[in-house]
Amino acid sequence: MSDFPWLSVLVALPLVGAFVVPSLRGTTAKQVGLGFSLATLVLSVLVAAQYELDGGMQLTETYEWIPAFGVHFALGVDGLGLLMVLLTTLLVPIVLLAAWREDETDNPAHVDGNTQGKAHVFVAWALALEALSLAVFLATDVFLFYIVFEATLIPAYFLIGGFGRVGRSAAAVKFLMFQLAGGLVLLIGVIGLYVVSAQAGSPSYLLSDLMALDIDTTAGRWLFATFFIAFAVKAPLFPVHTWLADTTGRATPGTSVLLVCVLDKIGTFGMLRFCLGIFPEASQWATPLVVTLALISIVYGAFVAIGQDDVLRLIGLTSLSHFGFIVLGIFVFSSQGGTGSILYMVNHGLGTAALFLVAGYVIARRGTASIRELGGQEKVTPVIAGLLLIGGLATLGLPGLSPFISEFLVIIAAFDYAWYVGAVAVTGIVLAAIYVLWMYQRTMTGPTPERATADEDLSLREGIAVAPLVVALVFLGFYPAPLLDAADPYVGDLMSHVGVTDDPPEVTAPAADHAGDEHAEEGEH
Amino acid sequence: MFLFTEGGHSIPVVDPVSAADAGGVFGLLWLVIGLPLLGATVLLLGGRRTDPWGHLLGTAMAVGSFVLSTLMLIGLMGREEGDRSVTQHLWDWVSVGDFEVGMDLLVDPLSILFLMLITGVGSLIHVYSIGYMEHDPRRRRFFAYLNLFVAAMLMLVLAENYLGVFLGWEGVGLASYLLIGFWQHKPSAAAAAKKAFVINRVGDIGMSLALAMFFVTFGSTSFTVISANASGASEGALTAIGLLLLLGACGKSAQVPLQAWLLDAMEGPTPVSALIHAATMVTAGVYLVTRSNFVFELAPTAQTAVIVVATVTLLWGAVIGCAKDDIKKALAGSTMSQIGYMMLAAGLGVYGYAFAIFHLITHGFFKANMFLGAGSVMHGMNDDVDMRAYGALRKVMPVTFLTFAMGYLAIIGFPLFSGFWSKDKIIETALVESPVAGAAALIGAGVTGFYMTRLMLMTFFGEKRWKDGVHPHESPSVMTVPLMVLAALSVLGGVLYLGHWIVDWLAPVVGEIPEHELPMPAIVYSIITVAVVAVGVGVAWMTVGKRPIPTTPPTDVSFVTRAARADIYGDTINDTLVVRPGAALTRGLVSTDRSVVDGLFTGTATVLAGIGQGLRRAQNGFVRSYALSILGGVILVLAALTVVNL
Repeated sequence: MSDFPWLSVLVALPLVGAFVVPSLRGTTAKQVGLGFSLATLVLSVLVAAQYELDGGMQLTETYEWIPAFGVHFALGVDGLGLLMVLLTTLLVPIVLLAAWREDETDNPAHVDGNTQGKAHVFVAWALALEALSLAVFLATDVFLFYIVFEATLIPAYFLIGGFGRVGRSAAAVKFLMFQLAGGLVLLIGVIGLYVVSAQAGSPSYLLSDLMALDIDTTAGRWLFATFFIAFAVKAPLFPVHTWLADTTGRATPGTSVLLVCVLDKIGTFGMLRFCLGIFPEASQWATPLVVTLALISIVYGAFVAIGQDDVLRLIGLTSLSHFGFIVLGIFVFSSQGGTGSILYMVNHGLGTAALFLVAGYVIARRGTASIRELGGQEKVTPVIAGLLLIGGLATLGLPGLSPFISEFLVIIAAFDYAWYVGAVAVTGIVLAAIYVLWMYQRTMTGPTPERATADEDLSLREGIAVAPLVVALVFLGFYPAPLLDAADPYVGDLMSHVGVTDDPPEVTAPAADHAGDEHAEEGEH
Repeated sequence: MFLFTEGGHSIPVVDPVSAADAGGVFGLLWLVIGLPLLGATVLLLGGRRTDPWGHLLGTAMAVGSFVLSTLMLIGLMGREEGDRSVTQHLWDWVSVGDFEVGMDLLVDPLSILFLMLITGVGSLIHVYSIGYMEHDPRRRRFFAYLNLFVAAMLMLVLAENYLGVFLGWEGVGLASYLLIGFWQHKPSAAAAAKKAFVINRVGDIGMSLALAMFFVTFGSTSFTVISANASGASEGALTAIGLLLLLGACGKSAQVPLQAWLLDAMEGPTPVSALIHAATMVTAGVYLVTRSNFVFELAPTAQTAVIVVATVTLLWGAVIGCAKDDIKKALAGSTMSQIGYMMLAAGLGVYGYAFAIFHLITHGFFKANMFLGAGSVMHGMNDDVDMRAYGALRKVMPVTFLTFAMGYLAIIGFPLFSGFWSKDKIIETALVESPVAGAAALIGAGVTGFYMTRLMLMTFFGEKRWKDGVHPHESPSVMTVPLMVLAALSVLGGVLYLGHWIVDWLAPVVGEIPEHELPMPAIVYSIITVAVVAVGVGVAWMTVGKRPIPTTPPTDVSFVTRAARADIYGDTINDTLVVRPGAALTRGLVSTDRSVVDGLFTGTATVLAGIGQGLRRAQNGFVRSYALSILGGVILVLAALTVVNL
């Protein structure tokens, strides 16, 4: 059982789909593509079933690739990777189902309409993006990671440029410019790592070898900077975020889900795995600057989101604020912050996906994404309005929905790091209420315009697509243990690798002894 | 259950027994919340299929919760005095590192009183709503939201830790948002709903940071852990926690400076105003302060802040209540003011907690009674809320009039009515413990006498000022029976104080009231209070009762009246200090983002390299020019990035 190359197959399956689908047309292409994505989902659940909590990197596969440079084809899954894999495999079939009719020309949101009959192209690129994203989350060799990290840009570029609204080509170019720039900076770092590794003996790009390296402080800080810049562009973080809203404002909602909810996670994923993993000293050294950028992202992103008129741009910018929270949680170095960030990555994926897709349903009916031109939708399509509200409430961190748990953990960890950092971050919850509820008020409530009165409410297909997201948001809001069980041991290992421990409470609790005992050992690694 | 002494008096420690050990009905504690939650879920997911019987299911769930709560009350009464805290662990909610929060419930002498109020008044309002919402096509959804509210409110008062409180806290906020905006095709309702939520979110900053303080200071959010360790924390930390909790309480309980949402919240259907914005949710801040007695008793500065906020609010709300012609808004101003009384009592610490809860309960009875009465009036007046178009309704709506009159006598503190007992104790205690606040409370009682008498006179007495086509009639019995029950409770609510019952009952949770010498016999305080109220009533009779009431509000009024009509400029202050600067900042940042931040990267790259040309061709679809523009852009963006970031 353990000899079976589970992870290679997991990556290969959607890739095969990406090669099969282009030869098909229309509905068949969509059905086959959906089949591949569902099979991948099942396979990822099988992987999860074998995963042992608290077991470090598992199901590892290592094959020599370029021995001269110490490059391997090496895959493995840990708590962080597992959650990212499951998020990816869950979202892809949802996106394919939600975007089922995107290729039909009667969709008024597509003014130029030249995506007619190109469903097979969309599906193929989506599967290719899935395969490459999975490879990113599973790669345990830095060189392999770099290759697939860059390769994700190809399907992403064609998804943005080929499908969506007027101006998408320019948006795709802008996206690519930012990402390639980040990628080139990363390339410098990857080459630098080779030099460092070679100097220490035989070169190796294996993550485990690099984590064991004792990198010179100055070199470590420069290399950290290259990795961090690349990941900051990807995440994105202020001030390298400006591609984000332009992209989500032009791409289809489905593409935006793949970009913002999956692909962007590579940024924060990379910070945890590579910045903290390989450069623990430099990561702590950079903390004041990174925390500052994260706080700016939280507040700045929220303000700019409030001022948007385009629903899809607005949702994109809320993510800037949320990625600020994720990065903040990572760089305050505590169990609650780290685990909160990983949960945030999953929960943001679920909540924002729901928001993008349901907003897409509205836009498809009304033919505009302009908040000013929308309004009164609740009266004619109450179910869609309700789903948009649920997505919005998740985004603003309402307790009872899963994003609250992660936001709460990050806030208390930030407060523990420095009270004023927590105090600045917490303003994000007020601003989030404003951008979500003001958007809802202007798009859904008020009198219904004449042209919207015939709009049909949620179709069965649309409902099936978003139902898993809503169920997951509610379930994980009340019972986040499945996420915590995967994330918490990973963060414990990472923290002991970095060499930090949690601050004990100011008042030690004699009455809480029974509660504290079972976890006491974990903090002491 | 053990006590320790700090600063001369004892502070109780939460020391519950598990529901499994307590046995009996306590094993069903979860079901108290579960029933209304199930109701809400079925009605929301069931959709239009549940329309024919949705209101019945919703009401049944609320009544079911009430029955369970009653059994719990009997169960608690049957237990030893020191043994009346029962906890139920449902599941581990959040456990990260050493930090663990359970989905834990706690029923004790404090929360059981809330259970009775929420489910009892809640059930009556469900019944009333069957009639009130009869002609609304979305009645089923209304009941779903009501059930959701009841479940969340029960979560708020049953949680054993602050994170659970916050879950309920936000849940009631959501239900309030949905119900204020229930008629959301009206832009004013939708705006009021958002305003309520956003202002409450400002209060949530306090709640969130208080949670963070609990985590940093105690490593826990559990009442049991925090109450046992509070004395080990620094006064600075406890003061900070107290002030943060107060900020949260200000939002939910519409206390100054976060009061501005409550008057707008009257956009919601009237049963909502009665249940959420009078009897239960808005008193959550009082619950929070009382529940956190182990924090506030050790943080005198925070207690003083509570007193200041409460005193300002009780006068602020009363003044607003004097000037409103909208019957619901007059009552809303009154609610603000009455919650101010409760907060004042809670701010007085161990001397006042029990009276805060006592007044909270009697207010729940008489204010729900009067709001539902106002709804009954509106029902007969084609939903008009303008009291200047009322008058002489006592003849055509005798039941509504009589029940409303009971609520009126209770709120002004007419001797032997429920409000007399509860408000009197607050004023008396305040005069002894904090004379300035006490004097303000006394004046407030007089103002209450004025505005409530004005409301009564304008609505039920005097000349008919009805608009054309209005034919007032008494409401159906499904609406008047709940009114009668609430009227009876308004009259008799004082029995809770019989033999000091409520004080002794709450003592295990909020502490024994220490002996304090009254400078004068208690009866003297009562006489003074009643005299002040009589003056207020008399002034109202002279100015409103003896003169004809113009159907349009007079404009040549004093500055005070103008200010009171404008809610003492609460909105103007918010607009000037927050909304307009915030909007300007948003516009500024949006344009900065476009021109400066984005320009720094793409703009520079594009202009300098002349790739603009390439970009334009790229948009026309010349695939080959992609490569060029990408390459050029990459190099220049890379240069820009290097300059900016390294």
